[in-house]
This record gives sequence, C-alpha cells and structure tokens, in this order.
Amino acid sequence: MVTTMLAVARISPSRVGAVINRNVGALRSGPSYWLVLLSGFFEPVLYLFSIGVGVGALVGDLVLPGGRTVEYAVFVAPAMLAVSAMSGALAETTFNFFFKMKYSKTFEAILATPVKPFEIAVGELAWALVRSTVYTGAFLVVMVVMGLTSPGWALAALPATLLVGLAFGAVGMAISTLMRGWQDFDMLTTGQFALFLFSGTFSPVQDYPAAFEVAVAVTPLFHAVELVRGLAIGELSWGLLGHAAYLVVMAVAGLAFAARRIQRTLCV
Amino acid sequence: MSKQPLQSLIHARGLVKRFGDFTAVDGIDLDVAPGEAFGFLGPNGAGKSSTMRMIGCVSMPTAGELRILGMDPVRDGSRIRARLGVCPQLDNLDPDLNVRENLTTYARYFGLSRAEARRRAEELLDFVQLRDRAASQVEPLSGGMKRRLTIARALVNEPELVLLDEPTTGLDPQARHLLWERLFRLKQQGTTLVLTTHYMDEAEQLCDRLVVMDGGRIAAEGSPRSLIETYSTPEVVELRFPDEADYAGKLEGIGRVDPLPDRILLYADDGDAAVAEVHRRGLTPSSVLVRRSSLEDVFLHLTGRTLVD
Amino acid sequence: MAHPTVAVLERHLHLYRRLWRASVFSSFILPVLFLVSIGIGVGNYVGEIGGVTYLAWIVPGVMASTAFQMAVGESTYSVLGDFKWVRAYHAMRATPVGIRDMVAGWMLYVLLRVVIAAVVFLGVTGLFGALLSPWAVVTPLVAALVAVAAAAPVTAFAASIDNDSYFALLFRFVMIPSTLFAGVFFPVEELPGQIRPLAYLSPLWHGVELSRAATLGGAPPWPVAVHAGFLLLFAAAGLAWAVFAFRKRLQD
Repeated sequence: MVTTMLAVARISPSRVGAVINRNVGALRSGPSYWLVLLSGFFEPVLYLFSIGVGVGALVGDLVLPGGRTVEYAVFVAPAMLAVSAMSGALAETTFNFFFKMKYSKTFEAILATPVKPFEIAVGELAWALVRSTVYTGAFLVVMVVMGLTSPGWALAALPATLLVGLAFGAVGMAISTLMRGWQDFDMLTTGQFALFLFSGTFSPVQDYPAAFEVAVAVTPLFHAVELVRGLAIGELSWGLLGHAAYLVVMAVAGLAFAARRIQRTLCV
Repeated sequence: MSKQPLQSLIHARGLVKRFGDFTAVDGIDLDVAPGEAFGFLGPNGAGKSSTMRMIGCVSMPTAGELRILGMDPVRDGSRIRARLGVCPQLDNLDPDLNVRENLTTYARYFGLSRAEARRRAEELLDFVQLRDRAASQVEPLSGGMKRRLTIARALVNEPELVLLDEPTTGLDPQARHLLWERLFRLKQQGTTLVLTTHYMDEAEQLCDRLVVMDGGRIAAEGSPRSLIETYSTPEVVELRFPDEADYAGKLEGIGRVDPLPDRILLYADDGDAAVAEVHRRGLTPSSVLVRRSSLEDVFLHLTGRTLVD
Repeated sequence: MAHPTVAVLERHLHLYRRLWRASVFSSFILPVLFLVSIGIGVGNYVGEIGGVTYLAWIVPGVMASTAFQMAVGESTYSVLGDFKWVRAYHAMRATPVGIRDMVAGWMLYVLLRVVIAAVVFLGVTGLFGALLSPWAVVTPLVAALVAVAAAAPVTAFAASIDNDSYFALLFRFVMIPSTLFAGVFFPVEELPGQIRPLAYLSPLWHGVELSRAATLGGAPPWPVAVHAGFLLLFAAAGLAWAVFAFRKRLQD
C-alpha cells in the first residue's frame, strides 16, 4: 500500500497522457474499431428494450423494498446502466489490455521510454473510463428520453457510473495480468455473465433464497447496481455509501495489483 | 481408362493462367515422366506456384491443355488429388493437433481406415525422423521439423506424384541438407517429384530435369548439366574493379562479358587462362574469382538479371 | 472407405476433444442460468401467460435461442480461423475432399453440438416441470433446423471476410437483437408494427414458435409447414451461399 502511495506521488501526468494518447491514435486505425466501440453501447440498450419494456409489459408494476411502486422498466434500466459501465470498462482493460501486453508488445515498447509501469496502468484505466463514460452518458440520455429517470437524478447517477467503471476497469486490468491465454477469457466472460444475471438486475435480490442473497451481496456488480439504482430513481440512503466504499476499494486494490504485475511481467 | 503405363504423369500444352488482366502463366508446354525429379526454377512471380497449383488441381487453367495422371483436372480433380502428395509453400499444419494427429487426420481425408492411417503415420514419423516428437504440439517445432512434417503429411496417401512448392525456403543450411537427403531417398524409391525453387543448388541437387521460368514462360529446359553446357561456359571469372570505369569494353574478346552492378562476369572455357589474359592487358581488378559455371549463370544469360534479387 | 465428409467431421470432433471444457458453460450452464434469472426471477412477477407459467412459456424459446446462438457463435472465429490462420481448408483442398464435403462436415459438427445441448436442456427443463406435452421430444429436431438455418449463412459470411472485427458487429446487430426480440422472452405481437416483420424474417422466431407449440402442446401461429418451410429455405440458401463462399476463397 505504501509503495503504491509513493508511486502515485511520483506519477507524471504528461507521461500518463502519452499512454492515453496512444489509444486515441489507435482510434484512427479504421472504421471497424469505431463501429465495434460504438456497438458495445447497444447491448445494454437492447436488453433494456427487450426485458425492461417487452417483458416489463407482462410484469406491469413492481413494488420496491422501500414500498414505492415503479414500472418494471424503471427498475431494470439503472441495472443496465451499471452493466453498461462495467462492460465498457472491462472490454478495454481485459481483451484489449491483454492483447497489448501479450501479443502486440505495446507495453514493452512503451516501457523502453521513461514511462513507468504505474503510469501505463493509470493511462490504460483512464482510457477505459473514457469508453465506459461514453456508454453510460449515452445510456442516461436514453433513460431520460424514455422517462425512466429525471434529468436531475441522471446527473446524480453519472458520477456513480464513473466509479463503477473505475472499479471494474481496475479489477479487469488486474485479472488480465494473470491471464495465460485466450482460453482463460472464457472464464471471465462466464463470470461476467453470471453477475449480469444475478446481481439484483432483473428482480430484487430480496426475492433470491436467503443463502443466495448473502452470496450475491459479496459480488461487485450487486453493489454497482444498488448504488446506481438508488441515485437514478432517487431513493437515497446511507447504505449507498457502503456500496460506494466497496467500489473504491476495488478500484484502488485493482490498480495497485495491476501495476505491480506489469512491473513484474515486463521489467525483468 | 487405359491400362498401359502412362507416357507422362503431367502433360501440358499451351497452358495459361490469368488473374484478371495479369497473366501468371503464359502458354507453357510440359511433360513429366514417371520416376523423374522435375524442377521449376525461377524468381518470385515467374509463374511457378501458379503452375504448381494447376497441377495440384486446386486452380483451374484459363486456357490450354492439361492432363494429370492421364486425367482431366477440371472433371477428375478429386480422383487426381487422391493420388497426389502436396507440400504447399506455406505450412498449413493444424496447430491444435499434435504431430501424429496431423498425419492421421490428414490420412482420413483420403478415405484411409483409422488403423491404416495410424500405420502410415508411424511409418512416416520414422521416415522424416520425428518419432520422438510424435506427441508434441506443432507450434514449438522448428521450421525444418514443420517442413518435414508437412512432407510426411504429403506422403500419407502413398502418392505417385509429389508436388513440393519451395520446399526449403526459409530453412537454415542444416535443415535444408536433411530435407534434401529425405527427398533423395524418396526419389530413389521411384516417387515422381515435381518441385519449384529459386535456389540453384537445390535444383542441381534434386532435379533430373528442369525448366527455367521467367515472366510466365519457359525460357529453357533440360538437365542441370545440359543447361549449363548450352547456355554457359564450363568456368566463370568474377572480376571486381576499384573504380567505375568502363572495363567491359576492355575485356572484349576474352569471352562473353556480363557487367553487373557490383562485378563483371567473364565466361570462359579455361578460367585461369582468361585471368592471365586480363592481366596481360594491364588491367588490375581488386578481386578475382574463378569458379565453375552454375545455373545462376544460365539464368542470368536467359533473362539478363540475377535470380536472387 | 470413410466418406470425405466423415473425415472432415472427424477433424472437427478431434479438435473439440481439446476445447470442450470452454464450451460447457455456453452450451449447458448458460441457458439454465438464463431460465433461473428471467424465467423464475422475473417470472414471479409475470404470473401466467397464455394459461401457462412464464417459465414454461420461455423454456422452448430459450432452447431455440441457445441453438441459434451456438450455431452463430461456432460458425464465426472457427471458420475464419480455418481459412486465415490455420489454413485447414487449404490443406483439405489438396486432398480428395471436395468443397461440399467441407461444408457438410462442418454443418454435421455444428448439428451434433447443438442437438446434444438441446437434449441435455430438454432433460433439465423436464426436471423443472416446464414441459407440458409429449411433443416436447421433437424440440431437438427443431433446434437442429434452427442451427443449420443460422450456421449456414454465418459460415458463408465468415468464409467471405478477412477481418474478424465484423463478428463483434454480427453479434451485436444480428445475434443479440434476434435473441431478444424474436419471441423468446415476450410475444412478438408486443413489438411495434413496423419492427414485427423483422422478427418474422428471423429464423429464430420460427424455431421459437415451433418449439413452443411442441412443449406446450398447442398450434403455432402459422401452419407448421410454413414455419418449417421457412427454416428449410433459409438453410438451403445458406448452404448454397456457403459452398459458393468456400469455393471462391479456395480457388486461385
């Protein structure tokens, strides 16, 4: 922890900027990368329409644990927003990060310059956050237009989605440094999808069997969904701070671990 | 089908292959007899691979006549391929299968039974000296080992005709010699070999007969020896001069002179005598090399440029 | 003498022996997780639909969509890879194996994978009590039909392209929308009138309706022959395109 703090103290913003700049440059490589990037935004939106609106019409209204009655789509939308923040950040820090580290040797090339491993980690994370925020910003606009949240609460939810992106981006990067090959990504995708289905996303966790509810309360997307949902539907409580704290710990620990692994893997 | 032995395994007349406006093979005539080792020599882009792919029945001729094993490649492609062995220019081994499985899986494409496929695989593992790597994955193998495995795979159906497209390109000298030795064994066993190469030493080592291709056409045909005798002299003198002056003119009359960018070639029946004459004329080259004539010289004579550029 | 198509099928099965672990999740566990999360979790709030529980209603849909997703997913990177990186089809091309054998061998492999997954899924959902008619036994057949109708055109597409980033677009703009809006989770009648014809064009919708009629013991919205005919037509066109695409890629 102390070494991490020291590393943060000596970080150079211009060198981090250079790492981000490389990613911006890669955007100019062609329209296919752009399209893939943009298409990632549609996935949660499609789920919102299919499950939130389509199945929502079968469900009708839902009584929240607090006693308030909302449309089913209002309940599902913030969860899809949190998923959007998660998958935007993970796409960048897992598949792309792994490719840069292992195959295209991008980091090896960068480390031949004065840039330090921790600065690479911060730069990559910042870039992941940009992608994640583009997704969530656009998704919030969709939510406001569909009347699933108010503009004010949407603005309140935006910083929460940033924190979600940061937390998942950092942990994703840490996991990527441990990957041996592409086949390991199957496990990651598996985990990601299981979280997607069982984090209080489509039905309140209070419905789950008690033991299962406890297990879900340990997993990260649950906290992300609860935090984002609380803000998006305007149900504030002290519990939201607990969810936020969980995500802050994820972000710091993930980043510190990733930087150490990059150092160990590439600076031998 | 006639039962009498075939006159030629490959018979081509006026064979043409065009890709859009580009003519890769521009009307060639060929005959390859059973048991022969036949080579196509030429630089990249000469039309060697296009010709090989037509012979392998994976690319259809644009015009002309082509018979492989007495059959028509357009109509009988599958039946012809059943009796061919093909070693392509780029290795296309299956990286997710191990060495032995690469052989057995490929054998199944020829309709061999599982037991027979296994038997052939074991035999070939010995033949290409990969027995101790049989259970290894393909990726960690060296370039030479991969090539040997590709050749073993091409032999899995006991083909009458084996096509090798640049079999040793990119290999180190040791790996090349090991491969040549294996191919020579095959030839001794009576297998007909057809290969392309842009290495003269390879053509001289392996081929009974070869054609020199250039720009989609056959520039010359014969045994390596006869080509050298016809298109060159027994010996060649390589001269280098310290300055750029016109030495070619001053060498006139000694033998045929070929000025290259970095040196001058002087073709002579007796190299030492030619060198003596050079000195007698008061010329002082910075270096002199007398060597036996090679296919490179034949190629240079036929096309006006060196082969490896 | 083994038929060349069988030899091609064997090659794919041989590779699968190495890779099957990774596929267990997508072929067997994922569909069940989906059922639990949406079918039971959300189903609690839905109550009944068309006189049956929501779970029983979406089971046939999830089965058909699993077949559809497996067929699409299998026919992307593997097919392109065998042309571009492994060059396995180029190797086959030098043997008596014909273009049709390559396509047929590959389709048989996809079919085998899908039908096994469908049978396992049928067993699991039987335990959930979600199968209401003995006709449910024909659902693996429907899954097979959906699989060819989806895998054949995607295989053709994969054989025609050179850059694998098109697959991300295929997944997001074709596969996921199909899965979400082809009557798996809610009836297509709920879709706005302008979008509904798109669902009718998707082979998945026809598969979903046939499966649903089978497990619930009713009649599909259109005559069975029309649904099946559409799937067969899609499959035949896809196969023809695949043979064309393979031939084009392997010639010259």
